[in-house]
Amino acid sequence: MTTQSAPVLALNNIRKTFGGVVAIENFSLDVKAGEIVALVGDNGAGKSTLIKIISGVHAPTSGAIQIDGHEISMSSATKAREHGIEVVYQDLALADQQPVYMNLFLGRELTKGPMGLLDRKSMIEETERLVTELDVRIPSAHATIRDLSGGQRQGIAIARATHWARKLVLLDEPTAALGVAETAKVEKTIAALKSRNIGVLIISHSLDQVFRLSDRICVLRRGNQIGIRETAKTDKNEIVSMITGV
Amino acid sequence: MPTPSTAAPAAHPFRSALARVNFQQYVVYVGFLAIFLFFAIVLRDSGFLSQRNLVNIVLQTAPATIMAIGLVFVLSAGEIDLSFGSIVAVSALCAAMAMAAMPAAAFPLGILAGIGAGLFIGAINGALIAWLRLPSFLVTLATMGLIAGIGRSLTQLRSIPVTDPLFTGIFGSGSLFGVPSLVIWTVVAVAIGHLVYRQTRFGAHVLATGDNARAAQVTGIKVPNIRIMVFMISGGLAGLAGLLYAGRLQAAKYTLGETDLMTVIAAVIVGGTLLNGGKGSIIGALVGSLMMGMLNNGLILMGLSVSDQMIVRGLIILVAVAISLREKSR
Repeated sequence: MTTQSAPVLALNNIRKTFGGVVAIENFSLDVKAGEIVALVGDNGAGKSTLIKIISGVHAPTSGAIQIDGHEISMSSATKAREHGIEVVYQDLALADQQPVYMNLFLGRELTKGPMGLLDRKSMIEETERLVTELDVRIPSAHATIRDLSGGQRQGIAIARATHWARKLVLLDEPTAALGVAETAKVEKTIAALKSRNIGVLIISHSLDQVFRLSDRICVLRRGNQIGIRETAKTDKNEIVSMITGV
Repeated sequence: MPTPSTAAPAAHPFRSALARVNFQQYVVYVGFLAIFLFFAIVLRDSGFLSQRNLVNIVLQTAPATIMAIGLVFVLSAGEIDLSFGSIVAVSALCAAMAMAAMPAAAFPLGILAGIGAGLFIGAINGALIAWLRLPSFLVTLATMGLIAGIGRSLTQLRSIPVTDPLFTGIFGSGSLFGVPSLVIWTVVAVAIGHLVYRQTRFGAHVLATGDNARAAQVTGIKVPNIRIMVFMISGGLAGLAGLLYAGRLQAAKYTLGETDLMTVIAAVIVGGTLLNGGKGSIIGALVGSLMMGMLNNGLILMGLSVSDQMIVRGLIILVAVAISLREKSR
């Protein structure tokens, strides 16, 4: 397997325990460039733990993580970002009282001049370009996050992740709080990541959404990997029975 | 998306324009003007408007303004510092003792000891809060008492004279091109503070930390370092305030800065800085501090007794803080 064809993300025998409790048992999964993989399972199945492991929040107890065929140690969220992994957290991780453009550049603010002063103009221009491209309708790049609607906030969080991601975007319930129209727009944005050859791992409780978006579906139950199915070759009944174990 | 897109342009320009007007940030300016006009009329025959008196107000508020800048950083990061008043006294005492011990190198030693003591205590505050995740209210409440005790025991309650002419000139009664040095210190500190707060990545990271520490952390901001830094800024500036007091009074005593805690917190809050982080203003803190100084000055000129002054000042702070906090929770 050459580096080019290696999956952007490869998890091998990931195991995670908290004290004596096993949260994830022998989990292996590949996500290829431009592929959307859905992670489904009941509450407490270990989906969020898995996202936290991939995004560097928790270190796995054992097992290996490879990015582009290179094994890496994911010691922190900063490290994950350096590897081109971006996360859209369930709580969005936005700073509510700061303007939209500062949120898009949070931790990666642009600077100019010898004194390294903030380059607000460039950040605002880049933000305006980005929200137009992703069709996130906000009053302006200056708007404060807390003045935005749920859909607009979600749009900003996704815009931030897609802007900075080079390899992989992790999405934790990206449309849980959204209406129908807003959900459709977010799904369009996610689907657009395919064309940029970015891998996507998405957690969703909506099987309709999973079947609309994903190339493959990975089912978790009580920390165990039940199976992976190609979306085109399975149906909801099979996935539901895998999730519930009935 | 038909529904939100038709609703949004109708509702949002107005709302966001309103939000951008931000009444809370103007409370301090309106309050400043109102109090100024009130004293200008009531005290027109008592010399309130004389140039001497107005300059005096700025001179007297210089240390509080410097402390206020530090507090804006601390509050913006979502923490609180109650210990800066005590740091003022200990820093001034350290500076005075260092200068008395070695008069030959009094000036540099005094600065080093004063600012160094402030930075050191700030670093301890910050480390306890950032690394052990103790609440800053409790940590700085404890260090406030601890440091006040150290200040008292350092000199057995005596005051130490500060005689070095260079020191008392630069930190006290001197002037440059006719501008008093305390005014220069105020302007320089506010200008640098404002620049760092508004125009650097560090300032942005302080705001992000206070706004949503978890978001700051997952976007790669080193939140513990930010927390330690803001307490060092607060401690260092309290040290500078201590030097200014020592320079102006030509002596250091354990009582310096003792009564500034409430004034400075009020000045900063009235100036538009949120108590729970994520938002603030250095310029607002300056105006808030000048407002408090003006209030002090005017009430004294009006001939109020000390107890009446305290009551009136407390009431006015209460009203001002209430107005600015109410606007914030719009």
